[in-house]
Amino acid sequence: MENVTTAEHVEHEEHGHDEHELSFLQTYVFSQDHKVIGIQYAITAMLFLLFGFSLMMLMRWQLAFPGAPIPIIGDLLGQANAPGGIMLPEFYNQLGAMHGTIMVFLGVVPLAVGGFGNYVLPLQIGAPDMAFPRLNMASYWSFFLGGVVMFASFFVPGGAANSGWTSYAPLSVIATEGQTWWLVGMLFLIASSLLGSVNFIVTTLQLRAPGLSFMRLPFFVWAQLVTSFLLLLAFPPLQAAGTLQLMDRVAGTSFFMPSGLVVADQALEISGGGNPLLWQHLFWFLAHPEVYVLILPAMGIVAEVICNNTRKPLWGYRALVTSIIFLGFMSFIVWAHHMFLTGMGTTISAFFQVTTLIISIPSVVILSALFISLYGGSIRYTVPMLFALAFLPMFGIGGLTGLPLAMPAPDLHLHDTYYVIGHFHYVVAPGTIFALFAGIYYWYPKATGRVMNEVLGKIHFWGSIIAINFVFMPMFITGLAGVNRRLYDGGMTYAHGQEVMQWNAVMSYGAWALGFFQIFFIFNFFWSIRNGRQVNNNPWQSTTLEWQAPSPPPHGNFTTPPEAHRGPYEYSVPGASNDFTMQGQASDADPNRGV
Amino acid sequence: MEIPYTVTARPDTGLNNVKLGIWLFLASEVMLFGGLFSSYVLLRVGAVEWPLGADFVNIPIGTFNTAVLIGSSVTMVLAYASLKLGDLAKFKTYMGSTVLLAVLFLLVKSYEYYEKISHDHLPSHGTFLAIYWTMTALHGLHIIGGIAVNGYLWGPGSSMFHTKRDQFIGRVEAAGLYWHFVDLVWIFLFPVLYLL
Amino acid sequence: MSGSAEEVKKHIDVYLKVAGALAVGTVVTVLASYLDVGVALGIVIALIIALTKGSLVVAFFMHLLEERSRAILWTLALTVTFWFVLMLLPLLTMADHVGTPKTLPNANAAESHAEEAH
Repeated sequence: MENVTTAEHVEHEEHGHDEHELSFLQTYVFSQDHKVIGIQYAITAMLFLLFGFSLMMLMRWQLAFPGAPIPIIGDLLGQANAPGGIMLPEFYNQLGAMHGTIMVFLGVVPLAVGGFGNYVLPLQIGAPDMAFPRLNMASYWSFFLGGVVMFASFFVPGGAANSGWTSYAPLSVIATEGQTWWLVGMLFLIASSLLGSVNFIVTTLQLRAPGLSFMRLPFFVWAQLVTSFLLLLAFPPLQAAGTLQLMDRVAGTSFFMPSGLVVADQALEISGGGNPLLWQHLFWFLAHPEVYVLILPAMGIVAEVICNNTRKPLWGYRALVTSIIFLGFMSFIVWAHHMFLTGMGTTISAFFQVTTLIISIPSVVILSALFISLYGGSIRYTVPMLFALAFLPMFGIGGLTGLPLAMPAPDLHLHDTYYVIGHFHYVVAPGTIFALFAGIYYWYPKATGRVMNEVLGKIHFWGSIIAINFVFMPMFITGLAGVNRRLYDGGMTYAHGQEVMQWNAVMSYGAWALGFFQIFFIFNFFWSIRNGRQVNNNPWQSTTLEWQAPSPPPHGNFTTPPEAHRGPYEYSVPGASNDFTMQGQASDADPNRGV
Repeated sequence: MEIPYTVTARPDTGLNNVKLGIWLFLASEVMLFGGLFSSYVLLRVGAVEWPLGADFVNIPIGTFNTAVLIGSSVTMVLAYASLKLGDLAKFKTYMGSTVLLAVLFLLVKSYEYYEKISHDHLPSHGTFLAIYWTMTALHGLHIIGGIAVNGYLWGPGSSMFHTKRDQFIGRVEAAGLYWHFVDLVWIFLFPVLYLL
Repeated sequence: MSGSAEEVKKHIDVYLKVAGALAVGTVVTVLASYLDVGVALGIVIALIIALTKGSLVVAFFMHLLEERSRAILWTLALTVTFWFVLMLLPLLTMADHVGTPKTLPNANAAESHAEEAH
């Protein structure tokens, strides 16, 4: 059925058809081509993911063996961070705050949105590029600058930000210099996001190929569209809040500093009158939609990979689209479920409880539709499909464990415990990140003309899925026992933690095992660029428009401008000559047209 | 490689890319200033006492500046209309006036800031002053951005009038929308900070 | 905005009228601030005037009254909705006292009663 012959190699260098030839810098560094920018985002983000993961692996040593010198690396960390190789609490706090910040803002979102969104979206809608290529380039470099600032913050006196990724006032206001760097870094990152979201929305609305109506869009595009609206409208209040916190730190204002605050037995010399909860409101107004920014592109990727590997259309396309739009809307009115313990009254708490419970409904609809899409399918267990399949139950666990947190009553017990860490990591780590792996394995041949090695991919998958559950499942146990988050010693000094302390070591071994298995991925990713099996333009026999373009696509993407003649998932259509019909294919009479 | 619908409107959406893009950007700006206004409300409601605007700011000067900025909005929209009538000279007059009025606004604002500093009314001295300084400074940064864009369109950018007129009109329209928004923010900022 | 010369000139007429209205509005808002009406009413009056002036700018200078694009109108509707949410909800979290006793139960104070605040 499918040929695995050598692919035609399209010229990799970008040559403007009607313009002068671009320099090396213009082609590969300051490129305005969405594919180059997408790869820049993806590589930078993956480097940050690795860095953020490494920070966590360090933390896990301290949690498993509190007070023990860290082998090998311990001496390299310096006296300020780990004298004698033993991690100081101050350094542990930096690791914790920066692990969260880096993973969310420098890792997952730039990969899911900046990387996948930039690379795939214009191709999937049949566009030659993004609507505003220069803006796109600006948004990458703003992200890069923000990343540099965040990274550099480790090397300033006092080290990096250490008040949690949530930077709650007043602690963050009186914290060391690194927090100021964090705020400046965030300003760049938020600017990058805003520019990107404008670009994505305009591109999706304006540059769709002829015949590509909204209800014919691949679900991945819908996911990116809703995500962009979340970024557009939710980030600015954090931009405002970050500015206010900068003013508090640098200009001595008291936006978030209450009157009468005493630090280390000394009353602070501030005007006071500020409100620490104001920071929390502004922060969570963004940060809750932000978690949907983390999950939505992942759902989009999983949808694409699942229907491609079941050879069946997605089940419930309309329900999926309606749900994802509803989800996006609701995500703006649930944020104070992060603040149930701040002394809010019962009425307003009930309001947020209700909205939070309601928002679980579209999530369940989406997850169910993805599950049902498997039924009756001809499942191919390719590496992308393994990751996409794993996403389903892992996200399910993450989502279900969110329910007790949605209600103030159980949340009273669970807030700020390891239970919360377990909940959100299940959604983001074996959830989103697995979906991102699926996407990398899936779209790698489009970007390179080669597939990644399947054996290495399967080792990567199986090792990761097993190890990752050892990291996060015990967190529900320790959390239910009452072990707090952000404890430098993992809860050792608390009586209620004693019975569950042995899980700390288990989780750490799981984390290090998880790290080990990523080596297979990293090697595979770079090795396959030159040595991967070469394939044609559509090795997965997929239907969506991006597979009509050459692999990799040239500047301008399509050799002939595509048109959409049918829906995005015409797999196994009765009477068709193939088990898939491409979206750009005009009639069934010519199955090779457009490939 | 041409990006479609940069200038011409796409039939089903009725928009060109630039117009949609600038409105989306303005939506995000509403949320940015909205975050600050929300902070103002929360801090003021929670405050034990809140000063009268007049204790710290000069109302006649603020009124003058409001008139200046509204004036610049009028000249901006007239600049756009002149372009649509094909009158480059008039466009330059009106756009130039917009930039000059904006600069005047900033000069007056700088004078106000200078007065504040010399009276020791710094942002660290109270919540009202903190929010006053922050909101007007952020607004001022937006004015500077507008001056840069409008100045470019008045000056070197205006050569596009002769080469790609429709695209130039689209750019001026987008710049106008941004500028009106900056004026809009001030229309709310002025009474909130100066009069209430 | 439509293209023909007469239509543009009609628009210019409108712009000038709106400019006049904005000037009047500015004067009114300053004068109104000197009225002795108390803080709450003063805020309401100032906001009404500002909303009026703002609406004129948005409707006529930014041509929103003529805007037919659903993308723009829906985006703005969503933005305004979320802006309201951002303005109101944090306030409501501060203001909500239902279920909170006026005085906290104190083990030492025999006479303190937990009252229902409204």
